[in-house]
Amino acid sequence: MIKISEMNWFRNSSFVSITTVLAFTAIFWYAGAVYLNSAVLIDKYERHKVEWDFSKLVDDSWSMDRPIMPAPHQIILDLNKSIFQQKISSKRSLVYHGWVTISSTMVGFAMGAILGILLAVGIVHVSTLNKSVLPWIIASQTIPILAIAPMIIVVLGAIGVTGLLPKAIISAYLCFFPIAIGMVKGLRSPDPMHLDLMKTYNATKSQFFWKLRWPASTPFLFASFKVSIAISLVGAIVGELPAGARAGLGARLLTGSYYGQTVQIWSALIVASLVAGTLVLMMTVLERRVQKRMGVQL
Amino acid sequence: MEDCSRVVEACKVDLVFETADGPVHALSEIDLEINKGDFISLIGPSGCGKTTLMRVIADLEKPTGGEIKINGMSPEEARLQRAYGYVFQSPALYPWRTVEGNLKLPLEIMGVKKAEQNKRAAEVLEMVDLTGFEKKFPWQLSGGMQQRVSIARALTFYPDLLLMDEPFGALDEIVRDQLNEHFHKLWEQTQKTVVFVTHSIPEAAYLSTKIVVMSPRPGKIIDVIDSPLPEKRTLDMRETQEFLDLSHRIREGLRAGHSYD
Repeated sequence: MIKISEMNWFRNSSFVSITTVLAFTAIFWYAGAVYLNSAVLIDKYERHKVEWDFSKLVDDSWSMDRPIMPAPHQIILDLNKSIFQQKISSKRSLVYHGWVTISSTMVGFAMGAILGILLAVGIVHVSTLNKSVLPWIIASQTIPILAIAPMIIVVLGAIGVTGLLPKAIISAYLCFFPIAIGMVKGLRSPDPMHLDLMKTYNATKSQFFWKLRWPASTPFLFASFKVSIAISLVGAIVGELPAGARAGLGARLLTGSYYGQTVQIWSALIVASLVAGTLVLMMTVLERRVQKRMGVQL
Repeated sequence: MEDCSRVVEACKVDLVFETADGPVHALSEIDLEINKGDFISLIGPSGCGKTTLMRVIADLEKPTGGEIKINGMSPEEARLQRAYGYVFQSPALYPWRTVEGNLKLPLEIMGVKKAEQNKRAAEVLEMVDLTGFEKKFPWQLSGGMQQRVSIARALTFYPDLLLMDEPFGALDEIVRDQLNEHFHKLWEQTQKTVVFVTHSIPEAAYLSTKIVVMSPRPGKIIDVIDSPLPEKRTLDMRETQEFLDLSHRIREGLRAGHSYD
C-alpha cells in the first residue's frame, strides 16, 4: 500500500512536472528535426539516386553532420565531447570558452553595478542630476546594443584596448541601467516617518544614507542585480561577435555559423543558458542570505 | 524655582500651509506654556492641528508667524541639541534591525560608545518590560509590544522632553489601558516633561496634568484645563466623580469647538 505522504510527495514534487515537460519537449524536438532536415536529405537521395524509405529518412535526419536542426542526443554528445573529453585549457573546450565569457560578464557586471549605484546615489541626492542625467540614462538604452557594440570594440581597439575590457564595457553599458533605475526607487523608498525620525536625531547626511536609505534599498538592489547579471552575460556574448573574437561563447556561436556547425551553435547556446541560470541562482542565494540577516520573514 | 522653568513657550504661533487647493490655516494664534515635569495632552478632532503643533515644537514644521521657544532656544537649536524624543503614531521601527538594534539606532547616530549602548538598551527595555526580546525582529512582536519598543527608543538618549503623537491610537482598548497605566508609572518615575497628542478623552483625562483642547479650521486652542486629579493615578480612578467631571469638561470643550460648522 502506498502511504498518503508518499502520494503527496508524488503529486507535489516538481520532479514529475519537470520530467513531463522535458519528455514533451524531446518528442517535439525529435519530430521537428525530422521535418526540418527531410528536405535536404530527400534532395540528396534523389541526386545520388539512393533507395530510401521513411525509417532511413528518420535515422539519417537524426545523425547529419550539419543538420538544419540537430537532434537532442547529438547536442548532448557534442557537449560531452567539448566539456568532458577536452583539457579545459584547450581551444575546443567549452569550459575554456565559457570561462572567457563568464570572466568578462563578471567584470562588466561589477563595473555596471558600481556605475549604476553611483548614478542612483547622485540622482537621489542632487536635484540637478535628477533632471539632467536621468533622460540621458534612458536615451542610452534606446540605442540597439548590436549597433553600438562594434563601435566600442573598434574604438577601444584603435587605442590599444583589446581582450576582456571592451566586452566588459559592453556588459556594463547594458547592466548599469536596471541597477540605476532600481536603486533610485530603492533609495527613495524609506517611509516619511523614518526620515522624520532621523531628523529628530539630528543625523548627518551620511548617517541618513548608511543607516536608512541603503538598508531600505536592498530588496530593490537584489531585484536589479538578478536582471542585470543575466543581461551582463548577453552583453559579453554580443561583445564577442563583431570583431571576430577567437575565444568565448560568442566566438563559438560565430564560428559555428560561419562553417554551418549547427550542433556547435546549439551546444554553445545551451552552455550560455546554463551559465545564465547559475549566475541568477547564485544571486538568489546571496539575496536569501542577506534577507535572513536583515530579519526578512522567509 | 527649577520646577517653574518653561520647557515650551509659544506666543501667537501661526502656521499656514500653501497647498495646490490654496492656503490651509493649520494653526492660529497658539499661546501655550509647558512647565518642567508637566504631562500635557493635546486633544481635539482630526484636522485641529494637534499633530502640527507638536511637529512645530519638534522643528519638523516651521511656523509662519509668532514665536516659539524650547528651553529658551529656537526649535531648530533644540532639535540640533537632541532636546526631545519623538514617538510617532506607528512604531516606525526599522524592520531590518532587531529590537536591540532599533534601540541603539539613536545612540549610534549620537556617537555613544558600544558598551554604553548595550547598557542603555538593556535599561530602557526593562523600563518597558520587554527584557528578553532583544534579538527579536519587529514583525515578531505584537502591535503593543512594538509601540513599547518605540517608546523605549525615545528614552535611550535620556531626553527631558517626550513628544508623543497618538502613540496608542492604533491599539485596541485593552492593550491601550495597560499601556496607559504602564506609561503613567514610567512618567512618575522619570519625571519627564511629556506632550501627548490624543483624540481619546479618557486617555487624556487619565494621563495628563494639563489638558489642552483644540478645535479645527483654523486649528486653535479653546480651553486649557489643569487636572484636579491627584498625581498618583489608577485605572479605577476613572469611575470617580472627579474623573467624570473632568471628562465632561473636555467633552464640552470639544463640542464648543465643533459648533462652528
